[in-house]
Amino acid sequence: MSAERAGGSVLSLADVTVRIAGSHILHGIDLDVAEGGVTALLGRNGVGKSTTLKAILGIVASAGRIEFDGRDIAGQPTHRIVRAGIGYVPEDRDVFAGLTVAQNLELAEQPGVEPDYDTVHELFPELLERRKQRAGTLSGGQQQMVALARVMLNPARLLLVDEPTKGLAPKLVEQVGDALARIAERTTVLLVEQNLPLVRRIARDAVVLDTGRVVHRSPAAELMADETLLDSLLGVSAAVPEAGKAVRE
Amino acid sequence: MSTLILILVTGVGLGALYFLVASGLSLIYGLMHVLNFAHGAFLTAGAYAAWVAMGYLSGLGGWAFPLAIVIGMVVGAIIGAAVEFCLIRPLYQRHIEQVLVTVGLGLMAVALFTGIWGADPQPFPRPEWTRQTTDIGGAAIPNDRFLLILAAGLLLAGLIALLKYTRIGLVIRAGVENRTMVQALGIDVRRTFTLVFALGGAAAALGGVLGSVYLGSVSPGQGTALLIFAFIVVVIGGFGSIGGTAIAALLVGLVQQMANYYVGSGIGDVSVVLLLAAVLLVRPAGLTGRTA
Repeated sequence: MSAERAGGSVLSLADVTVRIAGSHILHGIDLDVAEGGVTALLGRNGVGKSTTLKAILGIVASAGRIEFDGRDIAGQPTHRIVRAGIGYVPEDRDVFAGLTVAQNLELAEQPGVEPDYDTVHELFPELLERRKQRAGTLSGGQQQMVALARVMLNPARLLLVDEPTKGLAPKLVEQVGDALARIAERTTVLLVEQNLPLVRRIARDAVVLDTGRVVHRSPAAELMADETLLDSLLGVSAAVPEAGKAVRE
Repeated sequence: MSTLILILVTGVGLGALYFLVASGLSLIYGLMHVLNFAHGAFLTAGAYAAWVAMGYLSGLGGWAFPLAIVIGMVVGAIIGAAVEFCLIRPLYQRHIEQVLVTVGLGLMAVALFTGIWGADPQPFPRPEWTRQTTDIGGAAIPNDRFLLILAAGLLLAGLIALLKYTRIGLVIRAGVENRTMVQALGIDVRRTFTLVFALGGAAAALGGVLGSVYLGSVSPGQGTALLIFAFIVVVIGGFGSIGGTAIAALLVGLVQQMANYYVGSGIGDVSVVLLLAAVLLVRPAGLTGRTA
């Protein structure tokens, strides 16, 4: 089964391997992210999902071929990869705690690009009210809004989003899901997520990693509908839990 | 009373000198996690550059000294930027090698200066007004103390303005917190690294020139001697914090002077180490809470 679309891939990974401190984390990942919509990157803890995103961005050194928009970006410095049109929302938000909300956003503005504050304020009006507040004093959900807002300011072709709902209250999970769905209307999103109801709601394609390898790819709805497959690949049930409650291993 | 005033002003002046050297060291470690043991070389190079310049500029009268300071700072900045670009940049993420390279560079610089100008201290042609004194509360305070305090005050204000009101300052502050995330926002943090090294080099060179005025001479080892106290100041203040560095420099300068006068000559250095131990026991991450 393939998640590729006729429209072509915005991102292609071929035989990408990563070693960190002597440990083999990725064992030759082959992955295509089709243009538009959300591709969910799933898998148990520690299988290399976050490392895959970091390898794409050049945050960790990798071997193999990584093509973005048809150009090989492997080995390029992170800032150049980001300038080429890839936005990144890290797992732990990584907002700059000592800077204000406004300064966090200002830092994300790229030269020569008109920042899209209208969409940011429309989706996260709270950030406008809290623009002078230090990001370190925000709640986890508010920090996630800052992290998402930072990448929304620039017209990225691809967003790499790492577990955006981790540790968030159900109401905030919903809000983040809405924001991601809205972002996916105009940008391709590669989403690492363990919250299967969210994946079911917004993802078009699904790719599953296990021990540093791609072990499954299919339309997300197909995977979510197959309880046996889900159980064998992720060790979870896709049954819809109580409202907003994440299904985890 | 006049003695106390003299000791206090001298202590503040010494603290100002430490701040000039330590501010760049603190920013460099805070942003790049580089323990720059070659920082003393920037200081000494700036001091010698100003000393040589003073020889050529003596015909300019009162302009010679400020021009020599500028030349010293430019030399310090150029050396700082060159060291970052040529030696440190290829070694980011390789901390042991960085330490070895900067230690080696520091030792090599001392040998180089000794080879060119000899091991003996060379008298620094101080402007006459820096030798004179100003009376405060009955204490005759040498004017070079005020020069140090003024320079450190201007540097502190300049650095705060840079960090608070400019984009490059924003990048530095963010980079001190999380360098990887700054890059992940599309910012070429390496340019900032070079700039911070250049700034640190210029500040250290300023410290070198004014330290030569304070000591009355320039010598190959003066950078190394001041570097030890600068590291103590940075550790006490908290890595990467300019405010913390300023407070720590003031504390170290005052404690050193007071101990030297009231306890015994030479006790000042010991008391500074004891102060370091005491601060680290109470606040292991330094006064501003940033760990090494």
